[in-house]
Amino acid sequence: MADTQLPVWEVFIQANPGIAHKHAGNVHAADAEMALQNARDVYSRRSEGMNIWVVPANAITASSPEDQGAFFEPSNDKPYRHPTFYKIPEGVKYL
Amino acid sequence: MNLQQSKFEYLLRLGDSSLIIGHRLSEWCGHGPILEEDIALINIALDFVGNATELLTYAGQVEGKGRDADDLAYMRDEREYRNLLITEQPNGDYAATIARQFLFDTYMFFLYEELKLSKDETIAAIAVKTHKEITYHLRHTTEWMYRLGDGPAESHQRLQNGINDLWMFTSEMFDMDEVDALLIKEGIAPDFNNVKAEWEKRVKEVLVEATIEIPTTTFKQRGSKEGKHSEHLGFLLAEMQYVHRAHPDAKW
Repeated sequence: MADTQLPVWEVFIQANPGIAHKHAGNVHAADAEMALQNARDVYSRRSEGMNIWVVPANAITASSPEDQGAFFEPSNDKPYRHPTFYKIPEGVKYL
Repeated sequence: MNLQQSKFEYLLRLGDSSLIIGHRLSEWCGHGPILEEDIALINIALDFVGNATELLTYAGQVEGKGRDADDLAYMRDEREYRNLLITEQPNGDYAATIARQFLFDTYMFFLYEELKLSKDETIAAIAVKTHKEITYHLRHTTEWMYRLGDGPAESHQRLQNGINDLWMFTSEMFDMDEVDALLIKEGIAPDFNNVKAEWEKRVKEVLVEATIEIPTTTFKQRGSKEGKHSEHLGFLLAEMQYVHRAHPDAKW
């Protein structure tokens, strides 16, 4: 059956100034302005955010499950890549 | 009417319009054309009801007879209601709802912009909060005006029908009587001629952009300031007030 819904947009919300936008979910919408408004209504009703991004879902290129081995496993045995020797300064909240 | 009575009357007009249009919108709950729109409409409905709660609470305080927002919302009959006729008109199809919301939101946007300057601090404070909400409502309904009006032939026609059917209820939005005169003199309420000029300008711009014809009908319906309503309000109140009246002291 054909999908009669409007196109899907992925929604990213920034909760506080300076921190990264986080994926919140998705909405259906005909265009960017409608996507923004729908995202505002669906995902920011309880003051979750201060900035919203919407991205057409079909504009996102995702790695596939078969890529897992080649993409991610090589880093498993390279603990020296983790910055575990640094102390996080007190008062840094969103790291 | 003295100042206190006029203020009470004026607060009922503002509060009742918000309450009734909020209730009308709430009827869309679970029936919106798409999930996202359903949620949007109910958000907006809640904004209106919240605004009504603040205004009617204050109305009760101004009246000084111990009535709270619930007493005013649930225990008054049709003829005591002061909401604008346009707010009680049935939802119809989605285009009719959008037409109603657009005409009313535009009015509320410019009215509350003026109310922010009210010399009554409580009214000014409510207006500041409400104006932010209504700015969003108007953005939402204006988008749909363009989308439906400048869309396929059927949606265009439905929106045109909605605007045509509601046009006769728009002129009473700017009626002024002794209540307005006194409050304008005291710097509490704005002159509706200013609101009207802004409203006409904006509505015209949006209708032109949405390729909707501006109705030329000169027939006007008025009467809400004296509590004379269309046949629809009684049914709406019956549904809205039933539970409260059946169980007057219920607590939950």
